Amino acid sequence: MQEPQQQHQDHGGHEADRENEGQDHPHTPSYLRPPVAGRAQSDSGSEPSLTQSKCVEFDLPSPVSPSRPKSPWSLFDPYDNNEDKEYVGFATLPNQVHRKSVKKGFDFTLMVAGESGLGKSTLVNSLFLTDLYKDRKLLNAEERITQTVEITKHTVDIEEKGVKLKLTIVDTPGFGDAIDNTECWKSVADYIDQQFEQYFRDESGLNRKNIQDNRVHCCLYFISPFGHGLRPLDVEFMKALHEKVNIVPVLAKADTLTPTEVQKKKIKIREEIEQYGIKIYQFPDCDSDEDEEFKQQDLELKESIPFAVIGSNTVVEAKGKRVRGRLYPWGIVEVENSAHCDFVKLRNMLVRTHMQDLKDVTRETHYENYRAQCIQSMTRMVVKERNRNKLTRESGTDFPIPMGPAVSESETEKLIREKDEEDIMQTVPETLINKVKKQFLC
Amino acid sequence: MSVPSCQLFDQTKEECGVMQSPLVDFSYVGIDAILEQMRRKAMKQGFELNIMVVGQSGLGKSTLMNTLFKSKVSRKSVLATSQEKIPKTIEIKSISHDIEEKGVRMKLTVIDTPGFGDQINNENCWQPIMKFINDQYEAYLQEEININRKKRIPDSRVHCCIYFIPPTGHCLRPLDVEFMKRLSKVVNIVPVIAKADTLTLEERDFFKKKIREELRSNGIDVYPQKEFDEDAEDRMINEKIREMIPFAVVGSDQEYQVNGRRLLGRKTKWGTIEVENIAHCEFAYLRDLLIRTHMQNIKDITSSIHYEMYRVRRLNESNTAVTQANGIPEHHLSAHEM
Repeated sequence: MQEPQQQHQDHGGHEADRENEGQDHPHTPSYLRPPVAGRAQSDSGSEPSLTQSKCVEFDLPSPVSPSRPKSPWSLFDPYDNNEDKEYVGFATLPNQVHRKSVKKGFDFTLMVAGESGLGKSTLVNSLFLTDLYKDRKLLNAEERITQTVEITKHTVDIEEKGVKLKLTIVDTPGFGDAIDNTECWKSVADYIDQQFEQYFRDESGLNRKNIQDNRVHCCLYFISPFGHGLRPLDVEFMKALHEKVNIVPVLAKADTLTPTEVQKKKIKIREEIEQYGIKIYQFPDCDSDEDEEFKQQDLELKESIPFAVIGSNTVVEAKGKRVRGRLYPWGIVEVENSAHCDFVKLRNMLVRTHMQDLKDVTRETHYENYRAQCIQSMTRMVVKERNRNKLTRESGTDFPIPMGPAVSESETEKLIREKDEEDIMQTVPETLINKVKKQFLC
Repeated sequence: MSVPSCQLFDQTKEECGVMQSPLVDFSYVGIDAILEQMRRKAMKQGFELNIMVVGQSGLGKSTLMNTLFKSKVSRKSVLATSQEKIPKTIEIKSISHDIEEKGVRMKLTVIDTPGFGDQINNENCWQPIMKFINDQYEAYLQEEININRKKRIPDSRVHCCIYFIPPTGHCLRPLDVEFMKRLSKVVNIVPVIAKADTLTLEERDFFKKKIREELRSNGIDVYPQKEFDEDAEDRMINEKIREMIPFAVVGSDQEYQVNGRRLLGRKTKWGTIEVENIAHCEFAYLRDLLIRTHMQNIKDITSSIHYEMYRVRRLNESNTAVTQANGIPEHHLSAHEM
């Protein structure tokens, strides 16, 4: 019954339609744009528009449509009641995602590395207002001679405004303390790899419901303020770890330096980082549509590396105010004063603005690199094993077995091996995952 | 947008100026800002939603999709088919659109299944649909186990399947039962009573009750599934929804003037049915469920339950294949993995 009327409308010309549209919806919100992709055909105007200008009179009174039921989002609701009818309503999606995350809570793993006495524990306590190192026993020099670098983990649950964070601090006591510090970063690198491996196993496993993410999201590396820039140990450590974890260099105990000295040191350290090819954590670039204030802050952040920090666990009284700081005869250093140090910048970066990005880069770059390497080395072992079996005519078990002493291979052998690896990697990556699993599980 | 920290500092200082505890005086770290970071990221990335509509031809599937998303997103609107021909076999056609509202972008894919239930012999007509759904899971699985994975794997898995029940007023047909029984195991099914303006309120209530009974007696678990309620709060909300399923909907893409307001509806000689009026039909509830409140939940159940079940099955299958080749008894391995 409707159709003939519609066709009539069509003949009437499209101008009429559009005009009517304009009249009928003077307050059509600009947000609601028509679908972009796939609409090319319908845009030709051969179909009647969605909104027809029909005025029909009625005899029977009809009840007024009730307004939308009260939304569960309250403050965060992007729609107000009056806008109800014109919107589809999916702008609440970010809220829906939030709700789930707020229920589940977040986690974050932060590693601190650097020589003893650079204020790592104090800084961690200041950053998160926690008391993680209360009952710590500090070793004296004799005890430290035989100490190796251990890895300790402290976990604390913090809740603020309904948001729960499970914070894990990974500490590296003993780093750089011995007389001979060769390869003291090895246990740190191994720890990070272990966490990746654990996650890889969990992710490839069958029950993925509650995977614990213990991967290290960020490593604060403490640079001593007493040297002239980076020391050889600093360079080696950062180079060993820059492809495994996000490194954020920090200039420790910055209250031993005057502002000019801080500036000079920062420039020197940045130059050296560039010179040695160390890839520290890069802040993502701002979108062009961010507001000016944000862009300004972002720029300042990039120019503050390494962050010159001061930590304090005590509150002192200064000019009638109570501040977190360090009391000296010549004055009070305020931790949260951005004229005194970069503590606030670091905290904001770490917690308030870049926490999610740190986790994303860990997940998308460092972990994926590890995973790709892992699979490649599995493939390599499989290929070697197959070749070995071909020679000895054993029935192929296809289980990667640890190899004996490596045999140097000629150029052709290398090419053949690489081709084999490629073949394997392209066919059925799935069976490969099974092999990986078996190796872990047997 | 982060508040400049010095401002925040002053605020908290004033608030807890007289607090006595020495260490945690200014106790605001700012963890809740992570929500803002997540929101920003989500807005940049956009969302994806894949809805499948299943039902006999003529039940108003395309119109309902257009009504739900207030634009011409259905297959019929995009392709200029002059005559509606019933295809000889079931086809699966998907159309994608990018839509945006209040800065939130969404890639909506509507998957249509023309030919379902229209043949004379409808035996196994659910098979192509099940195959399609499993193929999407397979594609996602292959991406996931790839060595060089994409940052964000494109999600073509079917999040929700809206099943249209013809408004007979009596009970479910054998085809309905068979289809829903099989598919509720692999995808979230939302059953709706189509063209509900042919039923009076009493008939509608009776029909709904009958349908719910039949669903229960056949062990069909439609969305929201009871076993996936996470906590008491969810259960409360979902119980209310479960008491209303299936939603009796009416779709329309034409507007009429009613009492000085323009509303979507269907005009008849005896009155106008307003689509968004909950006294007339339950479209508003369906829309709220699908879009405004449970969209993320639907996607989560698809990815963390249906997809995981598929994955486990697939990995076990290929395991069996490998072990049989190697001569290791299967139960040996399962013991390890579980």
